[in-house]
Amino acid sequence: MFLASLQRDLRLLLRQASEAWLVLVFFLLIASLFPLAMQPEPKTLLAIGPGVSWVSALLSVLLSMPRMFAADAQDGSLEQMLLQSEAWMSILLGKLVAHWLASGLPLSLVAPLIGLQYGLDLNAIAVLLAGLLLGTPILTLIGAIAAALNLSARGGGALLALLMLPLCIPVLVFGAGAVEAQAAGLGAEAHLSLLAAGLILAAILAPWACSTAIRIAMD
Amino acid sequence: MKAIENGSWWSHYAAPARFYPLAGHLVTPLFLMAAVLASIGLYIGFIVAPTDWQQGESYRIIFIHVPAAWMSMIIYLAMAFWGVLALVLKTRLSAMMLQALAPTGAWMTFVALWTGAFWGKPTWGTYWVWDARITSELILLFLYFGVIGLRASIDDDRKADKACALLSIVGAVNVPIIYFSVKWWNTLHQGASVSLTAAPKMAQTMLTAMLIMTAAAWAYSIAASLVRVRSLIIQREPRSSWDKSLKNQAEASSAGVPR
Repeated sequence: MFLASLQRDLRLLLRQASEAWLVLVFFLLIASLFPLAMQPEPKTLLAIGPGVSWVSALLSVLLSMPRMFAADAQDGSLEQMLLQSEAWMSILLGKLVAHWLASGLPLSLVAPLIGLQYGLDLNAIAVLLAGLLLGTPILTLIGAIAAALNLSARGGGALLALLMLPLCIPVLVFGAGAVEAQAAGLGAEAHLSLLAAGLILAAILAPWACSTAIRIAMD
Repeated sequence: MKAIENGSWWSHYAAPARFYPLAGHLVTPLFLMAAVLASIGLYIGFIVAPTDWQQGESYRIIFIHVPAAWMSMIIYLAMAFWGVLALVLKTRLSAMMLQALAPTGAWMTFVALWTGAFWGKPTWGTYWVWDARITSELILLFLYFGVIGLRASIDDDRKADKACALLSIVGAVNVPIIYFSVKWWNTLHQGASVSLTAAPKMAQTMLTAMLIMTAAAWAYSIAASLVRVRSLIIQREPRSSWDKSLKNQAEASSAGVPR
């Protein structure tokens, strides 16, 4: 059931590939705005690079969140999935993984480009990539809770942002912190381990919360 | 009344219709208590307590700042507590309590931040420091806004109850993680930041004033949320003959009762 759900969502995403592309373009665009808004001194760029990459990643995942459940909720298929009481969790997990594969993963893979633009060295870029690979699934999981809660509400993207962003702050701190610690010669293991721990915690708790929120919305 | 005899008074008062008059009886004494305690606390704090040798008079803002900061955290925990009850026991009143607490909590957080800024200017020379505690408090304010915003944008009361309950639980799980992460981030960014914990030991009178002010903040918060929960009950529970005071009020004021 997990694979079937994953396959279905991926196929849907592929049919509307432009949306996934837009998220990527948005990511690169946001990151390119910062140097334009200030004096692009190499030293400044180096200092803000990790933070800018992470904030851009966070905003891009936020942008991709509303379509996670909205279409399925609108045409009633989400309700049908919910009725598959035994398979429901697998279906939900499939949707979460599919969402990450179409947003967090490609976004992490183009992030080294931003790292180059900001003059990070190769080690720092590797840490940025590793951090994003560990951190973006957490963003998807937290975002999914917010998106599911948002199903009950008539608030638009602003409410989604208000619900999702404060909860994502730890990910931002550890993710950007990993790159900075690497650059400062402290090593990034501690930050990356904490991100991994956060991912495990989120993977255990978030699907439950997300499922509860969908049940509330479909009630 | 049977429920009370059986010892489960809480389930007796879990019915909004029965809780409404109880809350009504509690509101005035609590507000009075808050006013009296605040007067005593402020008197001791502003007049009796000695001037701090290091910070001068500006330290006196802690008599408002610290109780507000404590309340801001306690109220969020209380919201999560009511949230668990609302989801597990499916009691309407718990969800109403949660919603009634949120604005008070947000105000307390705001007051803590604002007074902190005014204390910071003369003491640290700046209104804002990206200190771990201050930043977590700011994030807490956003979490309160999240609950209030979610409540405001759901029309269906039952859905809103459960959604807010879930959100406050998710938030409460996150608060320690956020605090830890901000602390971690803070140590990386600015090693020798201003520390609130290393403050010199407080004089006895100062501590007394602060504790009295804290009690006042508790009384005020409970009273304010009870007032709010009463108006939520009026709004949401179908009107019937159970509440005489409500009827009298409605007759007294030409404005009538909402909904």
